[in-house]
Amino acid sequence: MFRASSKATQISRPFRAKLRRSFATVQDPPVRHYGGLKDQDRIFTNAYCRHDHGIKGAQSRGDWHKTKEILAKGDSWIIQTIKDSGLRGRGGAGFPSGLKWSFMNKPGWEKDPRPRYLVVNADEGEPGTCKDREILRGDPHKLVEGCLVAGRAMNANAAYIYIRGEFYQEASHVQQAINEAYKAGFLGENACGSGYKFDVYLHRGAGAYICGEETALIESLEGKQGKPRLKPPFPADVGLFGCPTTVANVETVAVAPTICRRGAPWFAQFGRARNQGTKLFCISGHVNNPCVVEEEMSIPLKDLIEKHCGGVVGGWDNLLGIIPGGSSVPVLPIKQCSEVLMDYDSLKDAQSGLGTGAVIVMNKSTDIVKAIARFAHFYKHESCGQCTPCREGTTWMMNMMDRFVEGRGHQREIDMLLELTKQIEGRTICALGDAAAWPIQGLMRHFRPEVEKRVTSFRAENGPVLFGGRLLSTQTDPTLALPDNLGANLPEVTPPSA
Amino acid sequence: MFAVRLAKQLSRPVQRTAARKVSSTPARKSDALFVHRDTSYNNPKIHFEFNAENLKRAQEIIARYPPQYKKAAVIPLLDLGQRQNKGWTSISVMNYVANLLEMPPMRVYEVATFYTMFNREPIGEHFVQVCTTTPCMLRGAYDILDTVCKDLGGIKPGETTKDGKFTVIEVECQGACSNAPMLVVGDDFYEDLTPQLTTKILDAFKKGERPKPGPQSGRHTSENSAGLTALTEKPYGPGEHCTPEFQ
Repeated sequence: MFRASSKATQISRPFRAKLRRSFATVQDPPVRHYGGLKDQDRIFTNAYCRHDHGIKGAQSRGDWHKTKEILAKGDSWIIQTIKDSGLRGRGGAGFPSGLKWSFMNKPGWEKDPRPRYLVVNADEGEPGTCKDREILRGDPHKLVEGCLVAGRAMNANAAYIYIRGEFYQEASHVQQAINEAYKAGFLGENACGSGYKFDVYLHRGAGAYICGEETALIESLEGKQGKPRLKPPFPADVGLFGCPTTVANVETVAVAPTICRRGAPWFAQFGRARNQGTKLFCISGHVNNPCVVEEEMSIPLKDLIEKHCGGVVGGWDNLLGIIPGGSSVPVLPIKQCSEVLMDYDSLKDAQSGLGTGAVIVMNKSTDIVKAIARFAHFYKHESCGQCTPCREGTTWMMNMMDRFVEGRGHQREIDMLLELTKQIEGRTICALGDAAAWPIQGLMRHFRPEVEKRVTSFRAENGPVLFGGRLLSTQTDPTLALPDNLGANLPEVTPPSA
Repeated sequence: MFAVRLAKQLSRPVQRTAARKVSSTPARKSDALFVHRDTSYNNPKIHFEFNAENLKRAQEIIARYPPQYKKAAVIPLLDLGQRQNKGWTSISVMNYVANLLEMPPMRVYEVATFYTMFNREPIGEHFVQVCTTTPCMLRGAYDILDTVCKDLGGIKPGETTKDGKFTVIEVECQGACSNAPMLVVGDDFYEDLTPQLTTKILDAFKKGERPKPGPQSGRHTSENSAGLTALTEKPYGPGEHCTPEFQ
């Protein structure tokens, strides 16, 4: 003990710090802060429609520049570039795009006489999401050129852009871009003079959220009801019109030409490993200045809101929760909101998801139960009705959530609702069932005390409530026996969190 | 014996409460009836066909799809028919499209009932659709809906005004969430609304004008309304910042 204190006390303080440093072999890794993307690194330079969206304006912003050379590099070069860039699908699932595109070029694909299609998913309908709209109306040429480049990568013959029917102005901008590109010889028999034949067609939908699911989109494009197909066979084997097809999001396709021109390392330098690139984020709800903005991946959620949206209405401390990726992902409470980074992995670790990058901010004035109940209405409205768990379950969830808004329920029904969500999740053909279940699970995970409080106060005011929402006092017939399974005689459990 | 008992039961004063009822409200499974019932304004005998301009457009649309998959054009063609038929898809429109695309009429009915943008009942001249999904709700979409309903003479969502000028419905997310709350009139988006601005827009429509679509708050599109935080510089040109071979 004496020995330990003797020498160290003789050395003056600043020097001691230096000395200690010199002995250390482990250094703290430099902390990298994400965000603060410069304008020169933004891909969608006309996202706010402040410049000409036609071909002249697009060419002056670098679209269609040496597209012929990109095409001449061949399919494997483009796919390898996309793989190296670390681009992951921007539609929500986050599947590595290069890998997905390479599924189209299986060994021996040349012998397959069927035509091959690229389908661009512009059926943007996820509540909170409005990023593709800015691409479609501001930078339609980026998308059309992206179709050509991505189509070349997967050796497709044609691309169909499936745009939601409500986007009329956006559809006319895209159609104008397609017409201009044909006229300039960038599409058609000899696309960009490369000898490659490629066509791009626009297809307008008619208002069905479910058509954003890839197989439902294919069904809809074939002129049927948009009901998802069972996989396998995957669209890369049997897709649109029975031919190999790849469905990709607008943003994924539209960034491809820029990545090819500026190089994969440029794109990969942004964001954390495995979450590279830039991304359009759309922020809505209780922020001072809601906007759509292209930022670096892995930007902290708090920075994104403070920097680009003027902060939460009433200040950061007035925040209640944030839905970070569109209606389908669970809500995050304020504590997690100040920590998470906006990328696939960080949000997955926080038991939520990046989804489409649609940030819905809710401050303390929000009735969170009502907000989630409104999502339940949305999913009930949009369920296609093909799988029973989703068709019936979304209605059940909606009814239960509506009751919880006023607290008309039994404490035990919260767990029943959670069990119900677990019975829907993973038991349907497509992910709409999961998407309907997750917001409710997120609500109960983080805001269960709020729901319990409402149930308790409703009960204090109106007396016992049966399962299903009827009041014991006024809505039952006292002359008749009540079955036990209605929960009338069950003592109300005290909330575990109380 | 049975009949006697039944008569006895019926004669007894019935004291039914909600608890004994199987269902207290009529089942309403969907926003709209999925069954077609012939009416004076909607029956197969009413003639419909595309005018010359739309027929030409229809041929262009059909040409986008492989010849053996003509039916892929059913959604765009129904939309075209709906536009020509004063904004709603009657049974004659569906039959005509089925005939044109050589597909069974039932397949067309399936499509027309599945997609929400096909109105199978007549609508007013201006079709007002107010989005009330959560992002809009957070910014006061229900106030907008109430304003619209009140302004148009106290109609409810789903109804048409007596003069046939306006139909109001509540719709799900229209994809303009950063510009919430918003409403759609026909094909045009009116964004960044307040109750006052909503009244102003409706008044303009009542006068027969067409107000300028887009954000009503003065911002251009979906940029930060307090001043740009991105894309402030002049956009970079062709070849700039590219790898040497693409410069």
